[in-house]
Amino acid sequence: MTMLGRTAQNLFWLSRYVERAENMARLLEVGYRMSLTSRREGGASEHLVSMMQAAEVDEAFASKDRVADVDTVANFMMFDPDNYSSVYSCLLAARTNARSVRTAITSDMWESINSAWLEFSQIKPRDVRGAKLLGLLEWVKDIGHQFRGALLGTILRDDGFAFLQAGNFIERADNTARILDMKYYVLLPRAKMVGGDLDIQQWTLILRAASAHRSYRHVYHDRYKAHNIADFLMLRPEMPRSLIFCAKYIEDNLATLSQFYGQKQSCDEAASQLRSMVDGTDMDTIFSYGLHEFLTEFIARNNRVSDTLSESYNFY
Amino acid sequence: MAENLPFDEMYNPDGSVREPYRALAQWLEEQPDKALTLMQSDAEAIFRKLGITFAVYGSEEGTEKVIPFDVIPRIIAAQEWRRLSKGIEQRVKALNAFLYDIYHRQEILKAGRIPEKLILQNEAFCPEMMGLEPARGIYAHIIGVDIVRVGPDEFYVLEDNLRTPSGVSYMLEDREAMMILAPDLFQRQKVAPVENYPENLRRTLESVAPANASASPNIVVLTPGIYNSAYFEHSFLADQMGATLCEGPDLFVDGGKVYMRTTTGPERVDVIYRRIDDDYLDPLTFNPGSMLGVPGLFDAYRAGNVTLVNAPGTGIADDKAVYTYVPEIIEFYLGEKALLQNVPTYNCTDEEQRNWVLANIGDLVVKEVHGSGGYGMMVGPTSTKAMHAEFRKKIEARPDNYIVQPTLALSTCPTYINAGITPRHVDLRPYVLIGDEVRITPGGLTRVALKKGSLVVNSSQGGGTKDTWVLED
Repeated sequence: MTMLGRTAQNLFWLSRYVERAENMARLLEVGYRMSLTSRREGGASEHLVSMMQAAEVDEAFASKDRVADVDTVANFMMFDPDNYSSVYSCLLAARTNARSVRTAITSDMWESINSAWLEFSQIKPRDVRGAKLLGLLEWVKDIGHQFRGALLGTILRDDGFAFLQAGNFIERADNTARILDMKYYVLLPRAKMVGGDLDIQQWTLILRAASAHRSYRHVYHDRYKAHNIADFLMLRPEMPRSLIFCAKYIEDNLATLSQFYGQKQSCDEAASQLRSMVDGTDMDTIFSYGLHEFLTEFIARNNRVSDTLSESYNFY
Repeated sequence: MAENLPFDEMYNPDGSVREPYRALAQWLEEQPDKALTLMQSDAEAIFRKLGITFAVYGSEEGTEKVIPFDVIPRIIAAQEWRRLSKGIEQRVKALNAFLYDIYHRQEILKAGRIPEKLILQNEAFCPEMMGLEPARGIYAHIIGVDIVRVGPDEFYVLEDNLRTPSGVSYMLEDREAMMILAPDLFQRQKVAPVENYPENLRRTLESVAPANASASPNIVVLTPGIYNSAYFEHSFLADQMGATLCEGPDLFVDGGKVYMRTTTGPERVDVIYRRIDDDYLDPLTFNPGSMLGVPGLFDAYRAGNVTLVNAPGTGIADDKAVYTYVPEIIEFYLGEKALLQNVPTYNCTDEEQRNWVLANIGDLVVKEVHGSGGYGMMVGPTSTKAMHAEFRKKIEARPDNYIVQPTLALSTCPTYINAGITPRHVDLRPYVLIGDEVRITPGGLTRVALKKGSLVVNSSQGGGTKDTWVLED
């Protein structure tokens, strides 16, 4: 029985939204921590705004005509239905997609996303202000862990699995690229090789946003250095949120899919163009190309994988 | 007066246990205190696991609820069931013959056995179906016949549901739950299986595929989508019989054939088990505002390139006004007397009957002709004087819009309520499949009115369900 194009699309977006909910929580955590430690006048607000830029929701926030402080931004990122990327919107969209493909996912996957949504929808924004926010953000990350666990543990390894995984890793690649782009300037090589306190603080937060602040030590056995941090999040194949890890995963995954259907598709080519950007290169080459330019191109190519995937497999 | 006591399916008036319930009665006696309380709470957990709770969701879409499940099964003896199923089979054959006739030569109207006006001016009559030849001549492939019992040998048909009867997923889930909750009870007697319903549904659908379909026809379930209150059942049935669950936009018509949009391109569809109403099937033929349907679907159907299950226009055979003629219909097409009785029904357009109805409304049941789900109805004995007055006015204003029946003393079954066993009124909806043969699942869905004395079993009005057992000899 061949899968409906819509089913493939629903599966793809189901895991994209679960991943996005988690990433929004990570970004908000970073923005929140940065704003707490900012000593400069207006610095807190700037950090929050640049975090929203990374999530590409800054304009939506600006249209709300509100001052960016911890409460307004947290509320916007977590609970605002007008923000299409808020955790609220992501979980609702994930659940709606899951419900549409109830027969194509396992009951463990369904229960995981359904109970997450039911629980989340009970939370009152005023109850999670201030110190309680971090606890809630941890819980949102757990939703992602739980869903992926149910997925990996129970679903058949067929085309449905490939669509789910494609959604997950395309979203993740996008997110890591955005986190790097948000603070790309603090990662640029400078004459002064030793980072100041402020740099170190920002580097830590970048790593934290990718849950990489501890694993960094395992890989580099060194103090934080801009070059290494960029290398870690972009080019290290063992880092599961790095650009190269995601790009390789996407390429392999789409290859499995085209083998399953017995025909190569344009998205296979798009995926190999994405992978080739981060494969067989090094940070020096990327820095001389321009880090920001590189990341912008990567995000565009990643979008192209998503678009061609939709065309190749008749999403609508 | 003793005759006012409803018939209880488990206990005789002298307190002795009726034969089919012997094993259950003994089993109940052996259960330690609290066992049933525990079962009841286990049942909830089981329904959650089975997936029914996914029908429970936030307030913004809170149209679906979990239907309460009663842990005490309802039991029907083998010979009782044989009688019932014969009557049901007779009925569904006659109704299909009636539909074929109504949409072809209309002999029954010419013979004057049913008033022409009642059919041709009925909203449920579908002129677009005239002259169309459905596969095997079958219009209603899936029927749920609502039956009530008032005595040891007295069964009445309350309603024939020929459009898209729902609830079969509850029949299946109730059995599944019961086998988990009380496996030992199944060892004490032979209970006829219901589990093969999805398989039989598939066989039925395959058997009515168009002549030009491939050897293994492509079957889909067409749902209005996730916001429909029966969406759970749609996805459940698709899943159980290995069919694709589609929404309108997943299908399209090209060159008079129906295709679904798959990841590898268009794929021909042969049989559509549609769970959307006639009006919404095809915006080109029916309601032009429909977003749920498939443009051109009806033309593909007319051309014989796809089978719609059930056919459009079957509503004319389960219309509440046509219902009174079913015994007539059985005689006309089969030359047999109806084996199952209709509930006596008063015709309010007849002045004499109407006056009698208006004078005695407090003892009667009033139903809207096109109402369903327990809406738009009034049960006289349990309604207030104000409601009697309101329905008197309604009947006087539009006598053709209501049918009126005596209040039947529906049979009761022991039901577990507030940590005790107490009788509650029940009805029965057996599910019938009509294709290469007539397949009736033994038993069906028992609905139980959980409120004391209530005769309304609809889930929208506080009813629950019970697993229904047909014993085998």
